[in-house]
Amino acid sequence: MNEQSNWLAACRVEDAIENGGVCVKHGEDQIALFYFTRRNEWYATQNECPHKKQMALSRGMIGSTTDEPKVACPFHKKTFSLSTGECLSGDECAIKTYPVKIENGTVYIGTTPKS
Amino acid sequence: MKEPQIIVIGNGMVGYKFCEKLRSKTSSFNLIVFGEEPRRAYDRVHLSEYFNGKTADDLSLSTENWYQEQNITLFLNNPIVKIDRELQKVYTANGLDYHYDILVFATGSGAFVPNIPGIEKEGVFVYRTIEDLDLISGYAQKAKTASVIGGGLLGLEAAKALIDLGIEKTSIIEFAPRLMPRQIDAAGSDMLKSKLADLGLQIHLNKNTISIEGDGRITALKFSDDTALDVDMLVISAGIKPRDELAKACGIEVGPRGGIVVDQKMQTSDPAVFAIGECALYDGMIYGLIAPGYEMAEVLAANLCEGDKTFTGFDMSTKLKLIGIDVASFGDNFITEPDCRTIIFENKHKGVYKRINVSNDGQYLLGGILIGDATAYNLLLQTSNNRIVLPENPEELILGARGGSEPAGGAGITGLPDSALICSCEGVSKGDICSAVADGSCENIDDLKKCTKAGTGCGGCLPMVKDLMTYTLKSQGKYIKNVICEHFNYSRQELFDLIHIHELKSYDEVLDALGKNDGCEVCKPLVSSLLASLWNEMILKKGNDVAQDSNDRFLANIQKGGSYSVVPRVPGGEITPDKLIVIGEVAKKYNLYTKITGGQRIDMFGAHLNDLPIIWEELIAAGFESGHAYGKGLRTVKSCVGSTWCRFGLHDSVSFAIQIEERYRGIRAPHKFKSAVSGCIRECAEAQSKDFGIIATEKGWNLYVCGNGGSKPQHALLLATDLDSETCIKYIDRFLMFYIRTADPLTRTATWLNKMEGGIDYLRNVIINDSLGMAAQWENEIENLIAAYKCEWKEAVENPAIRKRFSHFVNAPEDKDPTIEFVEMRGQKRTAEWKTV
Repeated sequence: MNEQSNWLAACRVEDAIENGGVCVKHGEDQIALFYFTRRNEWYATQNECPHKKQMALSRGMIGSTTDEPKVACPFHKKTFSLSTGECLSGDECAIKTYPVKIENGTVYIGTTPKS
Repeated sequence: MKEPQIIVIGNGMVGYKFCEKLRSKTSSFNLIVFGEEPRRAYDRVHLSEYFNGKTADDLSLSTENWYQEQNITLFLNNPIVKIDRELQKVYTANGLDYHYDILVFATGSGAFVPNIPGIEKEGVFVYRTIEDLDLISGYAQKAKTASVIGGGLLGLEAAKALIDLGIEKTSIIEFAPRLMPRQIDAAGSDMLKSKLADLGLQIHLNKNTISIEGDGRITALKFSDDTALDVDMLVISAGIKPRDELAKACGIEVGPRGGIVVDQKMQTSDPAVFAIGECALYDGMIYGLIAPGYEMAEVLAANLCEGDKTFTGFDMSTKLKLIGIDVASFGDNFITEPDCRTIIFENKHKGVYKRINVSNDGQYLLGGILIGDATAYNLLLQTSNNRIVLPENPEELILGARGGSEPAGGAGITGLPDSALICSCEGVSKGDICSAVADGSCENIDDLKKCTKAGTGCGGCLPMVKDLMTYTLKSQGKYIKNVICEHFNYSRQELFDLIHIHELKSYDEVLDALGKNDGCEVCKPLVSSLLASLWNEMILKKGNDVAQDSNDRFLANIQKGGSYSVVPRVPGGEITPDKLIVIGEVAKKYNLYTKITGGQRIDMFGAHLNDLPIIWEELIAAGFESGHAYGKGLRTVKSCVGSTWCRFGLHDSVSFAIQIEERYRGIRAPHKFKSAVSGCIRECAEAQSKDFGIIATEKGWNLYVCGNGGSKPQHALLLATDLDSETCIKYIDRFLMFYIRTADPLTRTATWLNKMEGGIDYLRNVIINDSLGMAAQWENEIENLIAAYKCEWKEAVENPAIRKRFSHFVNAPEDKDPTIEFVEMRGQKRTAEWKTV
């Protein structure tokens, strides 16, 4: 884990969508926040799908392949690993991922990307 | 030490294949390719598809980076103009020279242009390269009549292209007394000629063109029999001429009628120089097909890598589809009595001609010709090439067995030896295909293509490759099961029944009970669709919203840029002026782009996610409901105006369309489905292009099913005639439930029927005669779905928990997505282009 000095208070746990994503506004940036309730895991990635530069990943379906958690862009179903950001559809492009922590029912996103 | 340098002159299909084959064997050799055309090697066999919407890029054989990745230097637009064999150098048109250790001619052929007076006139073209095609299509815009000189394979292709370009009158001029003189006999030519005439092509045989008339620009052709023909343009396709001029100029031996003379190793009279493809003359013959060209490339590439292969001639059998007509010839196609016995089948009504030549002892198939129906081609070719002993009644090979039994003897794919060549383009044998399947490396056709390359050339062998794959899998006891994804080990149909039996109502329940792990973007929408088809509950409840495809999740169609479109239902396309005004007002208020859809309703584009609920609130208040344009379910029931206004109308098609649209609205299915009702046989509603279509008759309604528009149009088939309205609806009920229960995911009704064993006859038996005994249950099930219908947009705007989800930012619910951009066009907005390069 890298050092995080900037934690953004994104939303309350109950505002997040179970087994789905929401979009968090961070200044000019947009971050997709996923509450993978089935695995009891939280993930955050850039909201923009690098394929056609659409602000859409938070509206994508999440799931897993073997054990890798992933999100599928609603536009053309490119899939990305939620843990590493790697594109799982065989393309070069990867997405940024961010650390997430929960404190007192609030969801915080570390705004320095993990990778 | 420096690598030996190979220079290839010519970047056509064979030149490319040589590079590919060589690099697959070795990375040594400096490889330099010179092409005179401005683009990378492309598929000349399918050149005419350029007129059917394929782009130059689609036809390209390689990706842009391929040459670089393979460490090959490629010069385009850069013809070689001179060769110095003593210095072993080639000289380019722009004055540079390159040394070679090995020189390969892959210069191919050019069009043979006969020396007819006037040949230089404007409006005379050849049919050879993409540039030729561009010139032809440019000129065709102002031409009304056109001729093709040459009734061979390429000539017919060219004629087809001219028809596709919209030329009203196209004719073919052939010097010989028959079409395709190299492939088919006189009787076959007659059959082909009458089929072509049906398509509006004029065929002139025995015609010798003596001059091309016109003042600078072609206006007519004159023939040796003192006749003439007025034409605006002419395409010459009178054969090919090997491109041997460079070889000839540097003293390499060429044939008396052209072609660079080569031996079995593709070596020319200069040991450092080789020739492959259509420029090479082997044993007095030019091989003008792609498969032997590829074989020559293989022979040369193998020998350069210390192999020991030889080229000893090639089977010139061909099968092609000309303007939709099958034409094939194989083996010794022209041999006649008394050297053989021929069996001929001719059906002028259907335009089918088949001839097979059998050895005098009745044991072997020597060759044959097929016109109009070449389904038996692969099997006949294999039977002939592999000298498989014929069955007792060889006519069954072309007629099919009568009395229900399969043809006897070793005629099926199982009877072929492992050495049988299945894909002649890539030289793949039956043994290669079966062992790739048997060792477990390939279980589907894409894998098989990648791993063996079979079927990647002309594609003609693909049906046989598929049969061999299925046969091998079956013989290994593998049951080919259509499972959904790694999370559900069931087919869609199995899962449908299981969810029904266990009465599961949400995606999570289904995953827990029947699946494993976390699900994915494949099984989630599929299960959601099944749940909706079974129970017809509000699709966003019970946590199912996150298991819906994006469009279903937000009850709107996501568009380029991330905005959504809104389509209210307009049943049967009937709408009051007041409702039209409401749509106009709403569109104006929320700044939406409006367009009439193909299904007789109005689409409003460019809505922000945040605005969807308020837009729908206003539409619902005015009496609109969801149009389900976003869902896999009923879209629209189109109608013509029918007997209420139309002087031809037999029944009230609009009222019936509205009744049907309101009956099936909101029902989810494996894919979207569309319908239409026409008030008379003029068919203005285009009902025969729909999943189910209804056309009024004097006595009632005719019901058509499983039609499709889209990329692969298919006419709907007549299911039942002269029905009363009640029976018509009963049959549609049964038809829809049968489809919903049994179709594979994302399969339209047309494809569903195409895969159904027994086809429309079987379907008719199930629907009308209730052969499965399911009719009563299906009618009951669909009544339940209809009773459960509610407008899901009404539920969405009235449910605060659901409504809350229609915002872009969780931490700024009022803010819209600032990255959505629109630009102006014709007085409305449109979405900005994709932001990528």
